[in-house]
Amino acid sequence: MYEGAIQDLIDELGRLPGVGPKSAQRIAFHILSADPADVTRLATALRKVKELVRFCAICHNVAESEQCRICRDPRRSDEVLCVVEEPKDVVAIERTGEFRGRYHVLGGAINPLEGVGPDNLRIRELMIRLGEGTVKELILATDPNTEGEATATYIALMVKPMGISVTRLASGLPVGGDLEYADEITLGRAFEGRRAV
Amino acid sequence: MYVRRLELVNFRSYERVEVDFEPGGSVLVGANGVGKTNLVEALGYVATLGSHRVATDAPLVRAGADSAVIRCAIVHDGRELLVELEIVPGRANRARIGRSPARRARDVLGALRLVLFAPEDLELVRGDPSERRKYLDDLLVARLPRYAGVRADYERVVKQRNALLRTAYLARKTGGTRGGDLSTLDVWDTHLAKHGAELLAGRLELVAALAPHVTKAYDAVAAGKGAAAMTYKASVPVETPDRTAIEAALATALAEARSSEVERGVTLVGPHRDDVKLMLGELPAKGYASHGECWSYALALRLAAYDLLRADGIEPVLVLDDVFAELDAGRRARLADLVGQASQLLVTCAVAEDVPEALRGNRYAVSEGGVLRVQ
Repeated sequence: MYEGAIQDLIDELGRLPGVGPKSAQRIAFHILSADPADVTRLATALRKVKELVRFCAICHNVAESEQCRICRDPRRSDEVLCVVEEPKDVVAIERTGEFRGRYHVLGGAINPLEGVGPDNLRIRELMIRLGEGTVKELILATDPNTEGEATATYIALMVKPMGISVTRLASGLPVGGDLEYADEITLGRAFEGRRAV
Repeated sequence: MYVRRLELVNFRSYERVEVDFEPGGSVLVGANGVGKTNLVEALGYVATLGSHRVATDAPLVRAGADSAVIRCAIVHDGRELLVELEIVPGRANRARIGRSPARRARDVLGALRLVLFAPEDLELVRGDPSERRKYLDDLLVARLPRYAGVRADYERVVKQRNALLRTAYLARKTGGTRGGDLSTLDVWDTHLAKHGAELLAGRLELVAALAPHVTKAYDAVAAGKGAAAMTYKASVPVETPDRTAIEAALATALAEARSSEVERGVTLVGPHRDDVKLMLGELPAKGYASHGECWSYALALRLAAYDLLRADGIEPVLVLDDVFAELDAGRRARLADLVGQASQLLVTCAVAEDVPEALRGNRYAVSEGGVLRVQ
């Protein structure tokens, strides 16, 4: 245990995801010995992120104004909507450059073990958006795990009666790798999902 | 397939031990508590990445050491493969295959195929249904690794569904309305039926292939004292491993059980509630069979697994930990006949005379200090 401010800093850092007690201590002492200007910059960045960043009123992605960059972009199609769990998933899909529609960020997935139900996600907001009638296709891009699949099924069950086409991202082999390095589970699923060429 | 060499560093009671094996039979003899089973356990760990004795890795590391190392040279089809595992409790294990690091420890699965019979296996016959489900699922994954994913998915769905039911149950009990939301239960039902059908169909196919081997193995060990029969007891009415039909049956059963599930706050339908029925003649082995019969039955289950894996084309290593002391002379001799042809057979015992003459091949003396080959 250290005294006063340094221990407070270690405790705070230790609460961050992926930071253990040893790492927290290392970061704390790094900050202590760093240039005051650098530390001020970090402190300002931390403060600003809470003050300035908010969630887009339409898609609930992180934004610096009322609407995010993607929702403001007039060149994007309003007919295709991609549902993701987190803002970082938007960034991942944007990196592909393939998708020119809009997004909807749920803010997580249905997870009863952690007490997350549909009411804790932005599913009601999604239904209101779809009710406006411009969306023709809904792409469900939740994670390919138990919780993501359940969320996708839940949304699909609600949306199908509205006459909107609902699709789900495919799962299978990573591109550019060797077949021999794929694990049995992924390879097994890719076999199940094989298609005619 | 056979294990040519086993090296242990800081594993259980051993600071360091090296043993060279040969194909065919080997008998490890030593007094109680000197570490015979530790050697067998290490081999089991290489084959399954888990111990057959404990659920966590901490007891595997020698007191005072940070990590344990298992090094194992396996010969298959004339080629030697070196597998090295470092067990670090509380952290991911590190693995090397043929001197180069593996990306995941899981990659070593399949390098060593092993069927292990240990005294703990008595629970397969006398214990809870969970023991028998684990036996089936482990064998299913050993034959078809894809089922590791099916099993994990299914267990996750059951966990989530139980959490949802329990929250609703508690909310109702305390009279509150928060958390009592069961609107997603239909979704979990769909997924439970889908993954459950996959797992159940896999188990049914496995039991169909395995049951004749069980009958044969028990008959061979016990020589005509009642016939052993294995059948799968599902919680829903299913006959054939038809995935679509099972999915529908599970969905129907879930709908019927809905009110009692909500009442009790737990998932009551699905392969996690199933059992394997082990009959001996007209009676179930559990509750009716004698100690010796249970022992023979458990042995038959392992021998059947061995036969089935062998029929698939890869000859596993067979390990019999402390089995002969519990069998009468007739059963000992018949077991010796049955397993004498194994490509490699490792037997442990406290008294060398318990092992039939036919199996005595190479002898190793196990003591606290280590393992010595005796001629």
